[in-house]
Amino acid sequence: MKVFKADVVIVGAGGAGLRAAIAAAEADAAQTVALVSKVYPMRSHTCAAEGGAAGVVDARDSLDAHFHDTVAGGDWLCEQDVVDGFVAECTRELTRIEHWGCPWSRREDGRVNVRPFGGMKNERTWFAADRTGMHLLHTLFQTSLKYPAIRRFDEYFLIDLIVVDGQARGVLVVEIASGEYTLIEAGAVILATGGAARVFRENTNGGIVTGDGMAVAYRHGVALRDMEFVQYHPTCMPGTGLLFTEACRGEGGLLMNRDGYRYLQDYGLGPVQDAPRNKFMELGPRDRLSQAFWHEMQKGRTIDGPYGPVVHLDLRHLGAARLAERLPQICELAREFMGIDPVSAPIPVRPAVHYTMGGISAGAEGDTALGGLFAVGECSSVGIHGANRLGSNSLSELLVFGRRAGEAATRAAREATPAPAGTLLALAEAAARPSQALLRGTGGERIAELRRAMAQTMEDGCGIYRTEASMQTTCDTLAGLRERFTRVAVTDRSTVWNSEWFAAIELGYQLEVAEAMAHSALERRESRGAHQRLDFEARDDARFLRHSLALRSATGAPRITYQDVKITRLPPAVRAYGAAGLAAEAGEKA
Amino acid sequence: MKPQTKTVAVLRYRPEQDTEPFWQEYEVPFADDTSVLAALNYIKDELDGTLSFRWSCRQAICGSCGFMIAGKPRLACKSFLREFPGKVTVEALAHFPIERDLVVVMDDFIAKIERVKPWLMPREERSPDAGEYRQTPQEMSLYEQFAGCINCGLCYAACPQVGLNPDFLGPAAIALLHRYNLDSRDGGSEARKQLINAEVGVFNCTAVGYCSAVCPKMVDPANAVNVNKMNSARDYFFRFLPRPGNKGDCQ
Repeated sequence: MKVFKADVVIVGAGGAGLRAAIAAAEADAAQTVALVSKVYPMRSHTCAAEGGAAGVVDARDSLDAHFHDTVAGGDWLCEQDVVDGFVAECTRELTRIEHWGCPWSRREDGRVNVRPFGGMKNERTWFAADRTGMHLLHTLFQTSLKYPAIRRFDEYFLIDLIVVDGQARGVLVVEIASGEYTLIEAGAVILATGGAARVFRENTNGGIVTGDGMAVAYRHGVALRDMEFVQYHPTCMPGTGLLFTEACRGEGGLLMNRDGYRYLQDYGLGPVQDAPRNKFMELGPRDRLSQAFWHEMQKGRTIDGPYGPVVHLDLRHLGAARLAERLPQICELAREFMGIDPVSAPIPVRPAVHYTMGGISAGAEGDTALGGLFAVGECSSVGIHGANRLGSNSLSELLVFGRRAGEAATRAAREATPAPAGTLLALAEAAARPSQALLRGTGGERIAELRRAMAQTMEDGCGIYRTEASMQTTCDTLAGLRERFTRVAVTDRSTVWNSEWFAAIELGYQLEVAEAMAHSALERRESRGAHQRLDFEARDDARFLRHSLALRSATGAPRITYQDVKITRLPPAVRAYGAAGLAAEAGEKA
Repeated sequence: MKPQTKTVAVLRYRPEQDTEPFWQEYEVPFADDTSVLAALNYIKDELDGTLSFRWSCRQAICGSCGFMIAGKPRLACKSFLREFPGKVTVEALAHFPIERDLVVVMDDFIAKIERVKPWLMPREERSPDAGEYRQTPQEMSLYEQFAGCINCGLCYAACPQVGLNPDFLGPAAIALLHRYNLDSRDGGSEARKQLINAEVGVFNCTAVGYCSAVCPKMVDPANAVNVNKMNSARDYFFRFLPRPGNKGDCQ
């Protein structure tokens, strides 16, 4: 086994990991920052973010309004002190990457432009056409090349965290090209491994989004928080689940049912306005829009398509020129993947799983309950998204919390005392064994079959609307799949680029994350944000204005406990949009 | 009704057991919207778990799944089986060493991207608290298309010079260098000039233009290369002329 000594090791080189690496390199140019990723950094799933990143710039806008939108959008399950700190830093961080070259779309006078987004009271979403994530990721990657302190480990796969006496001391990784194990020792570890939406069948995510960091932290006793909150994005491509950005609606796109009727007005988002109006209709939040689709489907007012029911996303009235300027990738996707030109025809869309609101329970600097371990980005739960994330908050999150975690991990690494000689290597060798055993396994369970069964049961039991019975079935099915996974077959026995081997390890991660989601969902007997139950239709603040914490148990099902939510200045109130939202806001002020 | 199937022929190479690459054929069921990537995933999941290839986003933005498909460099996620009459061939990107099956060694490509100093060297330093640099849509339009490169490597597989001269920086790296040089916020073109003027820079290009034709993101690296040729030629000429008040620059 190879050994590499770093000061800080970061796993994941998407937006959060790269931002953390740059912050660590700037905090101490003399230290060594190991940046590990199972793909080249520019392949990370940040690249698929389309719509934009939130940061207050407009004179009419305020940090207070961004705070209010975020907390109400999260159905009050947000850490309000963390949200306050977050909204205060977004604009500075977005400006900083402007200085690093990010090609933000501009106004005529050369200032950065902003667009409306769902659930946001004012225009505050910075955008780079509809390729915001790709530009943000490439800007960060290219900027990271300036820092000699950053030592990249591209295409190295995370096997385990190395923990000594309650302190994270490094990671065990495998070089994908050679199959060789490397122990990366460090005084602090940052997990920035992204979300886990691939555990669902129809999803917007890339193949790499398999919850690796979540599962590894969970196996070491760190709680996964608020895992029942999984976001369905309302406008996705039927069949593949590929994303049509919320910016389609930010730019004025309309949603219609089979009768050409703007059905959102029937679900507390109306009345219909003459022009797009923030927090009305199509500019409502994602959870509400996906739920409205489900109701339309129950009423038989959706349109039948080859991949099931759809509704229409109509962009035709925006015109060819505006579509080419503001939504070029959306046009490319519709034309090339569906043979539909959005200039002349509506796009059939349906909800698909997009984002994991929950994650590794972490504080405002990404710090976790395990000493020396930090988590940042989608794999973390720092508490800003609550029960439903607002679109364009997550890209800003990567920057704000990436910087904080990079700086905090640098301080932690300085204070860390060296581990006893030989301890780490011995632990790493032990940690390598389960993955080595997979290569020698003789079981007959097929990876693809287990994965398909997992994704199907998550969709069946933990979809847009849930019931006790549906979730219980999912929990039981997952337990059965975990048992079958002990006999999983890896037919490829080679050491060079054995992607089947890594797919098996990923499936192991996914099954545990899926279990944390399903059990957290089962125990939350209320409806809040993205967690909607047909058997408990109301929000129940008395019992459930609390974060769930899923803790791994050796014997099987996760143990679910609860943690208070930090409420500083916005007491729980009615969450409403459209005209009802205006009335609720007036009531709060009165 | 039995679904229609298509033969997908994949060039395999497993360095631990094969002395040279060989073709292996798979029968894949397909519909009108089945991409080559979906076909490869079907093979991996249902027929042969040992086939290795890179992929992730499925939507032509991560740049992972560039292969030679029916002999041309393309992204598998946005190539569709219906486009190819008869059997479809899939092989590793040309001009890159094969690591295994469809996976190529990217080290040299990444090193070239790193070499062109692809980061903003500000014309004027500014604190984030002082707000953004002003840049009009017109100023942005000068470089915007070059910023759309996703580093998929298709242009290297297309470029005859990359094949002949491995030291050539190649289309994507030159387009990236050009992207920063054209950015009104950037003052780093002098620092990057040496690279582009050197033997490994633009003069290796023989203006075939195939790089731009295969680009899946409508970037025009051939344009970047040829503008830099003109600039380099001009620099070459001007360096023999004395410049008043700036004699230190003369060689």
